[in-house]
Amino acid sequence: MRILVTVKFTPDLQSNRSFTDGAVTRTADDGSMNELDENAVEAALQLVEAAGSGEVIAVTVGGPDAVSAVRKALQLGVGRAIHVSDEAVAGSDVFGTARVLAAAVRRVHEEAPIDLVITGMAALDGLTSMLPTALAVELDWAQLTLASSLSVLDGVATIERHLPDAHETVTAPLPAVVSVTDEANKPRYPNFKMIMAARAAVVETWSLGEVGVDPVSVGAAAARTVVVSAEPRPPRDPQIVTDTGEGGRLLADFLLERGLA
Amino acid sequence: MTRVAVLVERHGDHVAGPTLEALTLARSLGEVVAVWLGGSPDSEAVAALGSYGASEVRVVAPALRLPAALAAALGAATADADVVLVDSTFVNKEIVTRLALATGAGVVVDAAGASIVDGRVETLQTVFAATWNVQTRIVAERAIVGLRPNTTQAVAVSGAPVAAVVAVDFEPPTTREGVVHVEAVEASDGVPLAEAPVVVSGGRGTGGDYALIREFAELLGGAVGASRDATDEGWISHEHMVGQTGTTVTPALYVACGISGAVHHRGGMQASGTIVAVNLDPDAPIFEIADFGVVGSLFDVLPDAMARIREVRGA
Repeated sequence: MRILVTVKFTPDLQSNRSFTDGAVTRTADDGSMNELDENAVEAALQLVEAAGSGEVIAVTVGGPDAVSAVRKALQLGVGRAIHVSDEAVAGSDVFGTARVLAAAVRRVHEEAPIDLVITGMAALDGLTSMLPTALAVELDWAQLTLASSLSVLDGVATIERHLPDAHETVTAPLPAVVSVTDEANKPRYPNFKMIMAARAAVVETWSLGEVGVDPVSVGAAAARTVVVSAEPRPPRDPQIVTDTGEGGRLLADFLLERGLA
Repeated sequence: MTRVAVLVERHGDHVAGPTLEALTLARSLGEVVAVWLGGSPDSEAVAALGSYGASEVRVVAPALRLPAALAAALGAATADADVVLVDSTFVNKEIVTRLALATGAGVVVDAAGASIVDGRVETLQTVFAATWNVQTRIVAERAIVGLRPNTTQAVAVSGAPVAAVVAVDFEPPTTREGVVHVEAVEASDGVPLAEAPVVVSGGRGTGGDYALIREFAELLGGAVGASRDATDEGWISHEHMVGQTGTTVTPALYVACGISGAVHHRGGMQASGTIVAVNLDPDAPIFEIADFGVVGSLFDVLPDAMARIREVRGA
């Protein structure tokens, strides 16, 4: 079983999260891989462990910061890390990113065939959830997305897909692109030995030229959308009361005054 | 004139609220058609779509489930459209990604609005857990926009002509994927969580007792939500989970009861119109984003609040 996992560096969200399981406290050099990608790494590791042999390869696309995403994947136990880094990638929309990732997947696939590409269900910064589908289309592979479970038997992948109106079971022959939800598994925590090993591991850095992508076909200039303006929303101005017997009434009055109740 | 196609969402035979909102927004962009995928609309649905501005209802009859097939069907029905509007659900995001790759369209999902500026679609979104407002211009000639529910007020057109029903010729493509089993999820009573104008959610502070949460939701005409903690405990089914990986909600009113407001939960509700929180812990992060908060027990506060609302309504 040879599995490639795509991971993304997400800068903001992680900084104000906290662990409940009392495990590793993250420091700056632990990096900030999109948390939902941990489920993708876990799914890949579990499949390879169950198969008894194979390899998990983590790939990320982005600027110098992005390397910490694959470092995190190394800490979790992937065997090889690739960072596609090129100035021309900056400003890519989801279609540009998918094009670059697909090119990297194809290069790895040519070295030796890949059975699955596994991704997280979304990145917690942008949260558009569009990348897994775009990657499947770019590769022209089967799309098995939003998997809350994943199994592979005799060259066929099977997922369960929990949609609001139905729970589906969907199958496709390998190779396939699978996105897993946070219901799919419980990601492991890196231990000290893995953290130290990941620090020493070599991350391969590939340019666009090395994966055969024309720089003008990606990046800001090729993006189909541009941000015209971005501004912080005004913070809410909370009225907080402590209940001394009047809390319920005050809450009701707040709603009634605003026509909300 | 800009041609706008709206993908119809429905509950059984009924047109869903977000579609009426999308049709209302579509009218401000140009000439509107509705696209019905799977089966055929009854006369009531056609009337509803017409009264919110669709001049045509294009029907693609085959029942489809896979994103690849649905995208092909939507593409067949919208070949002449400059703008395609859909409800911003996980499934629709997959469908429009494929449609965009097939047509070269630019895509914005989770939009709170759209307008035409100098011949191109511009959208408004709130991002980074609703802490930023972003205006995005779709520079591609064709645009696809996924709209969040409750961001446009649905308004019918008085005296709208009856929409014409047009069958779209469509042969489903062969797909690599196959759906081998489908188990329908029983629809909960009332408005679906994602579309509800009011959401009352309970978390760890409920201790698993949702009676007051349900009662308050019913009183306010809303849906019941939950935090990840509560669904993980098995207190309430996963369909009720509000959060970045569960259901993202943007109701006019969000009431968080016994929910601390972990970052994942906030990301799924922070764009709500008015946020009210009840929590025993004065340091709960939910209070940072609340418009009104009560530090106290939901088991004291909710009964008093409901009594007061009933008293005023009855007066």
